[in-house]
Amino acid sequence: MRHLNSGSKLGRQPAHRRATLRALVTNVIIYESICTTIARARAARPLVEHMITLGKRDTLHSRRQAAAFLMTPLATKKLFADIAPRFSQRNGGYTRIIKAGYRFGDGAHEAILELVGYKLKKKETKKKEKVEEAEPAETAKAKA
Amino acid sequence: MPNPKRRHSKMRKNSRRAHHFLTAPTLGTCPQCHHKKLPHNVCQECGYYKGREVIDTKA
Repeated sequence: MRHLNSGSKLGRQPAHRRATLRALVTNVIIYESICTTIARARAARPLVEHMITLGKRDTLHSRRQAAAFLMTPLATKKLFADIAPRFSQRNGGYTRIIKAGYRFGDGAHEAILELVGYKLKKKETKKKEKVEEAEPAETAKAKA
Repeated sequence: MPNPKRRHSKMRKNSRRAHHFLTAPTLGTCPQCHHKKLPHNVCQECGYYKGREVIDTKA
C-alpha cells in the first residue's frame, strides 16, 4: 500500500507543520538561501516554487494568495518586485537543494535550499566595513 | 512469563554477532581542495560543490 507515501509529515501536527513550512518558505524568499534539514528542504521546495509562480502571475488575487501564505508583508513585496521578474524566462525549477553533510549536534542530514542564480556573499566584505568604520572615526576626530 | 530454557553457548552468541559490524562511508575527493568528501555533498573543507562556493566555511 502506498499509504502516507506522499510528502513528509515532519513529525508535526497539521497546524504546526503548516506554520513550519510557512516560516521556511518566507525565509527562502527573504534570504534566497537557507540551510535546513533535507526533509524540511524537500517539503518546502514545491511551496517555494508555487509562491514564485504566484509572483509571476502578478494579479491582485495572486498577490493576496501569496500574502496569505507568507509570514511578512516584506517577503510578499520582495517576491513580486524582485524575485518573480528574475525567473520570467524560466518555466519551473526555480530552486535547488544541495546536500550539506551532517549536523554536529544531532547528526541530522542538512541541505541548502536556494533560489537558482543565488550567489554566496563572502565574508571578504569585512575589509570594506573596516574602511567604512575608519572613516567615520576620522571625521569624528576632525569634528573634535 | 516465558523464560529461556537453555543457556546459549559462546559460539552461538558470537556467531549471531558475526554480522554486527560498521562499514566505512564511501568517500570521494574534492576537486577543489583534494580533501576527502561525501559524494553528492558540499565539501566540508572548502565549501565548494560543483565548482562554486555554496557555504562559507570560515563563518
